[in-house]
Amino acid sequence: MLAYLIRRLINAVVTLLVVTLVTFGVFFLVPKATGSDPALLYIGKQADPIAVEGIRTKLGLNDPIIVQYWKFLKGIVAGRDYSNGPDITHCSAPCLGYTFKTNQEVWPILIKALPITISLAIGAAVLWVLMGVLFGVISALRRGSIWDRGVMTVALAGVSLPIYFTGLLALSIFVYGLEWLPNAEYTPFFDNPIKWATGLILPWVTLAFLFAATYARLTRANMLETLGEDYIRTARAKGLKERTVIGKHGLRSGLTPLVTVFGLDVGALLGGAILTEAVFNLRGLGYWALQGIRQNDLPTILGVTLFAAFFIVIMNLIVDLLYGVIDPRVRLG
Amino acid sequence: MSLGPETSLHDETTPTADAAQVRDPSEKAIAGRSLKQIAWRRLKKDRVAVGGGVIILVLILIAIVAPLLIKLFGHPFDEYHNDTIDPTLGLPLGKLGGISGDYLLGVEPVNGRDIFSRIVYGAQTTLTVAFLSAFLSTVLGVLFGMTAGFVGGWVDSIISRVMDFLLAFPQLLFSIALVSVLPQTMFGLNARWARTIVLICVIGFFGWPYIGRIVRGQTLSLREREFVEASRSLGARSPRILFREMLPNLAAPILVYTTLIIPTNILTEAALSFLGVGIPPPYPSWGGMLSDALQFYRYDPMFMIIPGAMIFITVLSFNLFGDGLRDALDPKAR
Repeated sequence: MLAYLIRRLINAVVTLLVVTLVTFGVFFLVPKATGSDPALLYIGKQADPIAVEGIRTKLGLNDPIIVQYWKFLKGIVAGRDYSNGPDITHCSAPCLGYTFKTNQEVWPILIKALPITISLAIGAAVLWVLMGVLFGVISALRRGSIWDRGVMTVALAGVSLPIYFTGLLALSIFVYGLEWLPNAEYTPFFDNPIKWATGLILPWVTLAFLFAATYARLTRANMLETLGEDYIRTARAKGLKERTVIGKHGLRSGLTPLVTVFGLDVGALLGGAILTEAVFNLRGLGYWALQGIRQNDLPTILGVTLFAAFFIVIMNLIVDLLYGVIDPRVRLG
Repeated sequence: MSLGPETSLHDETTPTADAAQVRDPSEKAIAGRSLKQIAWRRLKKDRVAVGGGVIILVLILIAIVAPLLIKLFGHPFDEYHNDTIDPTLGLPLGKLGGISGDYLLGVEPVNGRDIFSRIVYGAQTTLTVAFLSAFLSTVLGVLFGMTAGFVGGWVDSIISRVMDFLLAFPQLLFSIALVSVLPQTMFGLNARWARTIVLICVIGFFGWPYIGRIVRGQTLSLREREFVEASRSLGARSPRILFREMLPNLAAPILVYTTLIIPTNILTEAALSFLGVGIPPPYPSWGGMLSDALQFYRYDPMFMIIPGAMIFITVLSFNLFGDGLRDALDPKAR
């Protein structure tokens, strides 16, 4: 088990390094290829050449890309100094650099945005797993019934609907039409838990509906496959109660593949629910990602990509470890 | 979903006048059918899948004859019609966003552009991007998947690792960033088609690992089958085994997953356009129209509902058709 754990950890760190390297490479090479200068972005188009050169030295943009990447990594772990002669700016420990446009530190911006994205992702995840698995299992058990067909029709519609459409529909019906819910907004949980929940309920439900549709379809398919296995027949033949057969034997193996998908989905969502945040105007990581991209702000893009990759890798790691617990074959392999 | 070696998808011959049919009619006729025939029969019976297929065909037709349709029923997509707009509110005159005989799907708020033409042109872009990116993903996926599965060893490890990595990558984020830094016009094409090509490349590139994984798995199991062994013992070289023996057996899963990747691509394209990095204005796209509707949907809901409904109908049709195709080609199903 320990060897397995260590192997997985090394794998995770390597993936993170590769993701940052690729992102770094693309976003420091593409401006060169297209002829836009990060130093000019940083200081504004009308700056005089001496000032631009100063900025270039200060940001280390004259260094070879490997050196720049090394400094970037060092900044995250140990902090870094930007210096141009006597002009020194210190950026402490987890340093992701400064935004080009507003000259703010990237790290605090993202840390402030993080609780919004986490609240959004966790709340929606709880809802969609409960709904998806429940509806999927019941559909599988009553295959071919009206219930099954109804649920599967709704689920098929659900996987075909984009959030940027359902979100707007939900807003115009429940917020502006019926006025049942307040407009989506984020209140920190520890300030006012009730306001936190009511402000996020609309994004949660909208997001959860789309994912629940996928999960209901997946759960149903997996359960049907599992229920067709010989060991289920054996369990029934030896006289176990139907509840034990389904609950103990069926669910365990029927839901195992779902763990992988769930981990990936939550990981991807934690890295910024870009579309959801855009529709509901929430200022989480996805909002800053979009902001960075629109303003061509390389440090912000790099920071958000790093966060996103971090969450995906962490969730993958958790899934792998969970698999070791759920599926004994993995531990032996 | 592995198919037997004898079920070739390219077997067009229909068994006629064989023992099964000359027998006494009271006996049940047993005739060999190729997988293609069985699948086609099953698919024709599946009314939902056929419905999806028909809608897809209609949409393709609309996209092809778009210029003609607009000449007959619409107005140029970037023509302003200020006379259709309420000058104080900036909203379309008339009910339901200005739907009338002259403007079949109404007009846009503020500038009064014809929504019908924009939807029709949007269909052109959406389908082009969705089909070609699916094609690109399939070609790359089959190429790398078969190589990984067939060659094995370190080649397999590298390709598998790359696929895992791409699947664990913040794709949407990266696509947005990548599309936004690339130039708007290239190769002498106008902004619409240059961006279409960029979208096809980006969406197609991030889609290949899904198909690659499936093809790799199938290749791995096919490689060990007797008919491959037989072919090799008869002296067949690797290319022949790959393309003549194994590829026909992979055709069914490849077809199914290509069909099922198209709806995903439509959603991604619309998402990118919605976020403002897809097809650049004034050129129309469904995602871009939804993004324009963000400011107006409270006052002019039709402006949001029409492009949203188009995305929904198109994606749903592809999903229905893809599901039906999968069931029809599934040898386990009866």
